[in-house]
Formats: sequence, C-alpha cells, structure tokens
Amino acid sequence: MSAKKADANGGAALTRPENQGAAEKATRGTLKYVDDQFGSASFLKRSMDKVFPDHWSFMLGEIALYSFVILLLSGVYLTLFFHASQNVVQYNGSYQPLRGVQMTEAYASTLHISFDVRGGLLMRQIHHWAALIFVTSIVVHMFRVFFTGAFRKPRTINWHIGTILMILGILEGFAGYSLPDDLLSGTGLRIAYSVAESIPVVGTYVCYFLFGGNYPGQDIISRLFIIHVLLVPGILLALISAHMMILWHQKHTDFPGPGKTEDNVIGTKFYPGFFLKTNGFLFMVFGMITALAAFAQINPVWLYGPYNAGQVSAGSQPDWYILFLEGSLRMMPNWETHIWHHTISWNILIPGVILPGIMFNLLALYPNIEAWVTKDKAYHNLLDRPRDVPVRTGLGVMSLTFYMVLVAGGANDILASTFHWSLQATTWVLRVLLIALPPIAFKVTKRFCLGLQHHDEALLHHGVETGIIRRLPSGAYIEVEEPLPAKKAETLAKQIGYDPHHHGDGHAAIAAGDGHEPAPADGHTQTVTRPVGVLAKARTKLEDFWDEPREPVPDTQPHPEN
Amino acid sequence: MTKVEPVTPVESAEPARAGRSRRRRIASLGVLVAALGTIATLYAGLAPAASSASNNDPAIQAGRQLFLQGCSTCHGLNAEGGARAPSLIGVGAAAVDFQVGTGRMPAQAHGPEMPRKRPVYDETQIQELATYVASLGAGPAIPTNLDYQSADVAYGGALFRTNCAQCHNFAGSGGALTYGKYAPSLSDATPRQIYEAMITGPENMPVFGDKQITPPEKLAIIDYVKTIKAEPNPGGAGLGRVGPVTETAVSWLVGIGGLVIITMWIGSKA
Repeated sequence: MSAKKADANGGAALTRPENQGAAEKATRGTLKYVDDQFGSASFLKRSMDKVFPDHWSFMLGEIALYSFVILLLSGVYLTLFFHASQNVVQYNGSYQPLRGVQMTEAYASTLHISFDVRGGLLMRQIHHWAALIFVTSIVVHMFRVFFTGAFRKPRTINWHIGTILMILGILEGFAGYSLPDDLLSGTGLRIAYSVAESIPVVGTYVCYFLFGGNYPGQDIISRLFIIHVLLVPGILLALISAHMMILWHQKHTDFPGPGKTEDNVIGTKFYPGFFLKTNGFLFMVFGMITALAAFAQINPVWLYGPYNAGQVSAGSQPDWYILFLEGSLRMMPNWETHIWHHTISWNILIPGVILPGIMFNLLALYPNIEAWVTKDKAYHNLLDRPRDVPVRTGLGVMSLTFYMVLVAGGANDILASTFHWSLQATTWVLRVLLIALPPIAFKVTKRFCLGLQHHDEALLHHGVETGIIRRLPSGAYIEVEEPLPAKKAETLAKQIGYDPHHHGDGHAAIAAGDGHEPAPADGHTQTVTRPVGVLAKARTKLEDFWDEPREPVPDTQPHPEN
Repeated sequence: MTKVEPVTPVESAEPARAGRSRRRRIASLGVLVAALGTIATLYAGLAPAASSASNNDPAIQAGRQLFLQGCSTCHGLNAEGGARAPSLIGVGAAAVDFQVGTGRMPAQAHGPEMPRKRPVYDETQIQELATYVASLGAGPAIPTNLDYQSADVAYGGALFRTNCAQCHNFAGSGGALTYGKYAPSLSDATPRQIYEAMITGPENMPVFGDKQITPPEKLAIIDYVKTIKAEPNPGGAGLGRVGPVTETAVSWLVGIGGLVIITMWIGSKA
C-alpha cells in the first residue's frame, strides 16, 4: 500500500543473487548510456520513483488512453484499404446480396475490408468497439473527476482540456461513423447538414463550405477522412499529452486517509509497481475490446446498403455519444418562426445547436462556477467523497438524469416497438420526464448524501451497533455500541473532517466545508460585505444554496432517569 | 340508382324561357335513363356472378360455416363489416390467407396492431375461408408463382431499401409506427405471406400494386428478405440487427462495465 511497502515488493522480485548482478549491470548500463546522451539521469530517476495512489477509480482514464492506442493501431490498418471517395462504382466483391449495385468507392472499399481483406472485418470491429469504449471511458472518467471534486484548483485547466478531449472524441467518432457512406451514416450526415443549416444567417453558407454544395455533394467523405485520420487525431494526441504532462507535474489526487495530507502522495512507485500494473491493464483493455470485436457484430454496413438520399431505414440511430442529440431532436416540438421571408427552425436550432452548446459550456465551466459560488480559492489535492458535497453530487446526478432522458428519447422508436408502447406516448412521457425528473433526482440524491453523512457521523460519535441489548439498573434498555476500529475511525474522521473534541460545537465549522468561515455576527462587517448588484446577490443566494449543514447526531447514552 | 327519379321542376324567374328549359330538362332526363339502363345491362352481363353461380361449391359452404362461427361477430353475418371490423367484400383470397395464415385473425383483442400468433385454423380451413370471402367479391388471389430463388437478389435489396426499410428496418427486424402501431419483423413471414402483404396491404401497410412493383420485382424483394435472414452474421452475435441502440447497451454493460470490474479487481490487489 505505502511507498515503502512497494519498494520492499520490488526488491523481493530481484532476490536471486546471480541475476541481481546482471540485471543491475544492464539497467545501470542503459541508464548511463541515456544519461551520456541527454544528461537526464536525475529526471529519469525521479520519474521512476514517482508515486501513484492505488484507488481503482483512478484507472478509468487509463481505459481511454489505451483504447486510443488501439484506435491508432487499428485505424492505420484500415486506412491501408479504405478509399475516401464518392466516385460511383459497381460492386463486384464477394458479398452476394450487393453484387452489381452502384455505390461510392468509400462504401465499396468498406465492403472490401469487411469481406475480402484478411482480418479486415475483425479490425473494423476492433476499431468501432474501441471508439465506443474510448468515448465511454472518457465519460466514466469524468464521472470520477466530477463527483470527487478532482477538478478543483489547481486542476481546473486540466478539466477544461478533458472536456475538449471529450467533445473532440465525439466529433472524431461521428466523422468515423460517417466515412463508410452507408445508408445509416448518410442519414446521420443528412441530419448534421440540417442542424448546421438551421443556424440563422450563416447556416446555409456553413453547409456549403462543409459539403462543397448541396447535400450530399461530392466532397464530404474525403473531407471527413482527412479530419478523421489527421486533424482531430493530431489535436487529440497533443491534448492527451498535455493532459498527462499536467497530471505528471501536479501529481495525482487521493482520497483522505491515514497519513494522507494535501502535500503528499501515498501509493505505488511508477517503477516497477505502477508500471507493471498499468501495462497489465493495457492488455486487459486490449483483450476486452478484441473479445467484443470477435463475438459481437458492430455496424454491419453491408446490411444497411449504400447511401441513397431517397432511402431511409426504420431505427436509424447514431452511436451512443450522439444519441442525446438525436433524442433532443426527436423530442422537440415542431416550432418555426417566419420573419422577413426567412424561416427560423427552432425545432432544429434549439435541440441541435443551442441545447448542446449550453450543456457543453456548463460542463466545461462547472469548476469555475463552483469556485465562484463557494469562494473557494484553496488548493485541493485531497478528494471529496460524493456524499460529503451533497449539492455538487445532486447537481451531477441531476444533469445525468437530464442527459439519460435525452438518450432514451433518441431510442424512442426502439423502445416503443420493443415494449409495445405508443410512439407518441413514449415521446410525450419523455418530454415530461425531461423537465420533471432532474429536480426530483437532485432532491433524492441530496437526501441520500445527507443520510449517508448522518450515518458516518453516527458511526464516529456512537460507534457500531452490536445488537446487544442491556437492561440498566433503572429498568431502561440500551443497545451496546462499540467504537469503530481505530484505523477505520481515523480514515472516516479525515474524510468528513470530523473533530471528536469539538463535537456539537464543531458542526458549523464542518458545514462551512472548504475552509471558509461562517459569516461573522458582527453588524459592522455585515454592512461592508452586503452584496451590491445583481451578480453579487445571485452569488450570495447560490452560496446559501450550496452550503448544506450537516445534520447533528444526537448523543447516544440515554439518561438513567429515562 | 333509385335516387334519379324525383325531378322537381324549378320555377323559373323568366316566363319566356320557361318552355324551352322544361323541354331541355325532359330531354336530359331521357338521356340519363337511357345511359343508366345501358350500364345496368352491361353490369349484369359482365360482373362476376359469383354468389348465385357457386353457392353450391362445398368449399364455399364450409368456408361460410367457419366464417359464421369465427369471424361474423365482428365482420358481420354477410362479411359486410361493422363498427368493430371492416367489410371483407372484395378483399380477396390473398388477404384471408395472409390474415388467418399469420394468426392475426381471428383477433385476440382490439388494439392498434394485430400481432402475429399461432394460426387458429389449419391449411384446409384457411383455404375454405379464403374461397368463401373471395366468392363475395373480386380481390387479389393467393399468389401461385413464388419461384423467388431465381430472382435478382441485389436488385431486390435496392427495392427493399427504397420501399420497405423505412418501416420494417434495414434487415426486416421491424420498427415502430404511430400510436402503438408497428411494422412487424419479417423473420417469421413465409415468401407467400410477404407476397400477399404486398398485394393486399394489411393493417397500416400500403398496397404495392403490380404496376408499382411488378411480380418479378416482388419475388426479388422476397429473395432479398430470405437471403439476409438466412445469412449468418459474419461479425459475431447480430445484436438483434436493429442498429446502434443494442451496440450502445453492449458497450456500456459489457465493455465499460467489464473494464470497471477489472479496475476494481486490480485495485483490490494493491
């Protein structure tokens, strides 16, 4: 667990004396060679000794990193055979039900990869599953960072980079999904075209520039190709490097616990412990994605058929990370305004442009908003547990609920036909839920957090219920409570900032959370800090909303006279 | 036809023109009567005189008996229809063969869509019912040429994507329609039933007449549906062939779910 222990383990692996000498010699020789070239031995030494904390949730971002590696490798293989061209050819490959059909070269070459290139279909499926896992793991990693408050100062910039990485991941995925030029992806591009077109004034121009003319045109596949294989991956690579260099420089956060402070990191050294662990994990991610690709078919483009503007299939859905946009479009009422011979398509503009704009901005700027509201300017290297910050956790679950209803809306026809619901009823129920469910989710989550907090405090203050009932001489019955084991109690006390000596009085200080003092009762000071202006008033209101006092736990021992 | 006789003279505002206009009216009435008479004669001569001629056919009698027991509650004693079910006069044998043969009829309950279920009648009874309903009025007959295997499957695929996929989905897995109605999956449909559905347009399905989609084209569509149903999924489990929604579920539940469990396992070893 601790750095020392890791050292001991590492040493234990090299105990055979005859090997030790040789191994040490080899390592030293290599390091000396590198140092002679770069003068970097001290940097390498420091890096090898870098300590990483051990909690499982800190490995979620690694899934994204490793699936990105898989995407690069499998993507290179696919580019060897893919033709990003919309020239029409006649298919003469080995897939019988499409032989003789006119299609674009992009689609024909995708069929070629799927049926006539050795390992082509497996590689396509690895690439596609890895893409889904890539975006999914980014999102799951963000859950961890959000709900533990890891985005707080000094890691706010890294959160911003992470948000951009997620958005770029979504764009990259959509571009890749569009490349085969099959009926499904063409339908998706058609929607993208219309969404861009709905932007007032510039929409038409944006579409013309992007597609090189009217939909579908002759250019979009080759443009998306270069965006997909060069531009976005390049930016992703640069930003992933920045993301990890910042992480390396700032060191990883950790949950509070015995011996853990804002100024130290306790865990496994990079070499050998963390290095071996993370490499093992790399291969497990490879294995999981390859297993999915081997056993579960994804994106069967040969069934969709070539894109044709006159055709559409029931159940045309995008990959999951676009599904929320599909949902917002499907759920939006059909509103339009006509002004001066122009149509403003609110039915597309709001769900397709404005809503995702607001959602992504709120997501990216959340750390700044929270810091502004709580006036928290402190450095945070220790994480919060979700229950200890009920309002943030509530807001997070609220946003996720909103998002999940949108996702369900994107699959409304699949839901309707699977469960034999009315499509209209499904859409209407989801519209109501989109508005009604998030506030309920907020309230329930906050309640859960407060309950868990209460439970933690009770554990520390009262101890564990033993189930042993004892009768007092006075005739009263009490349950015998045992104190928590010392180590557990210390961890818990650190996590919730519990001070046993000031129990009762300490509640106000705990409630104030991130080290900021309760407003002084002194009248003079209050006149000075009274908020002036709308923004300041809003900030004060939000701050009140944010601070959730811990509920006091009543004393345990009943008075004998009871 | 009886509506024609009462012609009430309309009083004219101008007496001078009254005589001329009355003469004209009588003349036009005469033309009308003559025309109607001709049509009636022609109709009597040319219309299929099914009811009187073949009422003695035992298949029709048996079919009528089955109809009275199983169908007439909703469709009426003479298949004239009612508040709960449409008239069956002129729907043809193909419609009966499709509806009864797929078990949709007799209906279990009223609803937006009649689900496919195990047929209640056997093949002979369905034939008798079809013969009886066909005797009530002309309609599409049960198709006999179903040699779809020699059709052009790729052309059938193009036709399927243009005409069928928008409701039945790209692989014939079915899809939702409005207000609880749906386009069913085609996986259980026999070639004959697919053909019959195209010529009779059951429930919400449009009729694809022989001028719109010719019989060879219909066979090509059937060939495509049967070919892609029979072909294995080269990439592994087909996940229902409904597109990315099930892929989403797998990527979350199996993919990231499995990986999170792995991180927990590694974390527990630390």
